[in-house]
Amino acid sequence: MENLTFLMHIYVFVLAIFVGFELITKVPPTLHTPLMSGSNAISGITIVGALLSAGMKEFTISTILGMIAVIFAMINVVGGFLVTDRMLKMFKKKK
Amino acid sequence: MRVVIEVTYLISSVFFIFGIKYLGSPKTARKGNLYAAIGMFLAIVITLFDQHVLTFEWIIAGVIIGSTIGTILAIKVPMTGMPQMVGMLNGFGGGASTLVALAEYYKLNPNYPIDKGLIFNLPINQGIAIILSLLIGGVTFTGSMIAFGKLQGLVTGKVVKYPLQHPINLILLLAVLGTGAYIVINPGSIMLVLIITLVSLVLGVLLVLPIGGADMPVAISLLNSYSGIAGATTGFVLGNNELIIAGALVGASGIILTLIMCRAMNRSLMNVLLGGWASAGSAGPATGTTSPKGDVKSIDSEELAMLLDAVSSVIIVPGYGMAVAQAQHAVRDLMNVLEKKGANVRFAIHPVAGRMPGHMNVLLAEAQVPYDKLFAMEDINDDFSNTDLVIVIGANDVVNPAARHDQSSPIYGMPILNVDYAKTVIINKRSLNVGYAGIDNELFFYPNALMYFGDAKEAISKLTNEIKNL
Repeated sequence: MENLTFLMHIYVFVLAIFVGFELITKVPPTLHTPLMSGSNAISGITIVGALLSAGMKEFTISTILGMIAVIFAMINVVGGFLVTDRMLKMFKKKK
Repeated sequence: MRVVIEVTYLISSVFFIFGIKYLGSPKTARKGNLYAAIGMFLAIVITLFDQHVLTFEWIIAGVIIGSTIGTILAIKVPMTGMPQMVGMLNGFGGGASTLVALAEYYKLNPNYPIDKGLIFNLPINQGIAIILSLLIGGVTFTGSMIAFGKLQGLVTGKVVKYPLQHPINLILLLAVLGTGAYIVINPGSIMLVLIITLVSLVLGVLLVLPIGGADMPVAISLLNSYSGIAGATTGFVLGNNELIIAGALVGASGIILTLIMCRAMNRSLMNVLLGGWASAGSAGPATGTTSPKGDVKSIDSEELAMLLDAVSSVIIVPGYGMAVAQAQHAVRDLMNVLEKKGANVRFAIHPVAGRMPGHMNVLLAEAQVPYDKLFAMEDINDDFSNTDLVIVIGANDVVNPAARHDQSSPIYGMPILNVDYAKTVIINKRSLNVGYAGIDNELFFYPNALMYFGDAKEAISKLTNEIKNL
């Protein structure tokens, strides 16, 4: 059962990679930087794991590691989305 | 509640997918970024309802500190500092993955350090995922920070060579994997896990340190991919599909950008992965190659203004020099003046111009140059032959015709912008110095080439004023 669950995760991983390739091959070079900073912010999804550690019932070493991870991931997430928006605001077509 | 949480993670994943999809077109890109942010918000909020999340003071503190730092960074960074900003943020993502993997390992024996007993209950899958998270996250963290340092000028942007570079890196990698395998089979030692973390961090430094400044677009893209993969491995540690999906999306996106950058420099991904990134830069410093000797003609702003007064089609080729001189606004002014005179002005952007993919596009967007005036190499390369005048601003190797015909040149085979096919090529540079590849540019000696010496910002502003005064 354990191995089956793991296999399902592998499934999801492989399929998601294909989705990623499909989505991104079409991105024009003009948007490469915002794409990178935006996807960068998405990789801050590790915040989920950080929250699970920082919010444990009992205080352990994991709590501290979790809290530092929350800080790191939040810098990544908040900084990433904001800076991407700042860039994209500037992209304008000819009037 | 479990079901609600899982369904929310699914919805959040869909937001990420649509977010990345919409990021693919200039018209919808802002919406895409917003969608991705909504996905992230959903994931964060619903995680707080997880049965394992019972205390909130550490979470609140972490969220406040992290958001504040992130906001300040995002508001303060100038557009010219964007490559290092992306590099740094990337690093924090990787660092978070490493920390989460460590925290999960510690959780297997919550009584540590009081109880030093072995942890017996570490499923092999999870064990492998923890080791890979430590490795990839660690490399991403320090690698990105070195990249940040190089782009910020804190660490030398030159190619750094140290003896036995490849063997050392390989040994460190094997040490991590070997120790990791031991831990997966005999879980328990905290010390070994910390050693793995430390070695991974060192490996990140050693892998990125040798890379020269102009190879940064590849390095940044690859580190971006690593941060995604680190997120996915964290997903395997936690058994969370959303992390796996989001991580895979980012990993794929980073790899695609990396491949585009490699192709633009005519190098294989293997060459990049093995850390041979700098080899082209150091292979043939000026002496080794046949440097075409001849007369270099230069032109001053007054003559150039008169020349520009009569042209009907102009292509501007910006390079890293424009970014360094912060000349994007001056270039915009020049474009406006030329357009007012009735000339058709376009921009040709080489994929590796600057220090990250799309660097030139961001700078010109900041200067309010409409994005439909910027053309990718393959879309504009055939047009140079029927263009009156090309102005190269702070670019060098990407316009060196030696890449087309000189088999002894280190950049031979690299796709270049065919600026030499235009009737006249103006090259704005501070001096005749070599570019990143360390070779002379034979373009400067071509009969249709004219050097316009000076700092990009000053020289272009001066030119614009001369044209206005005609």
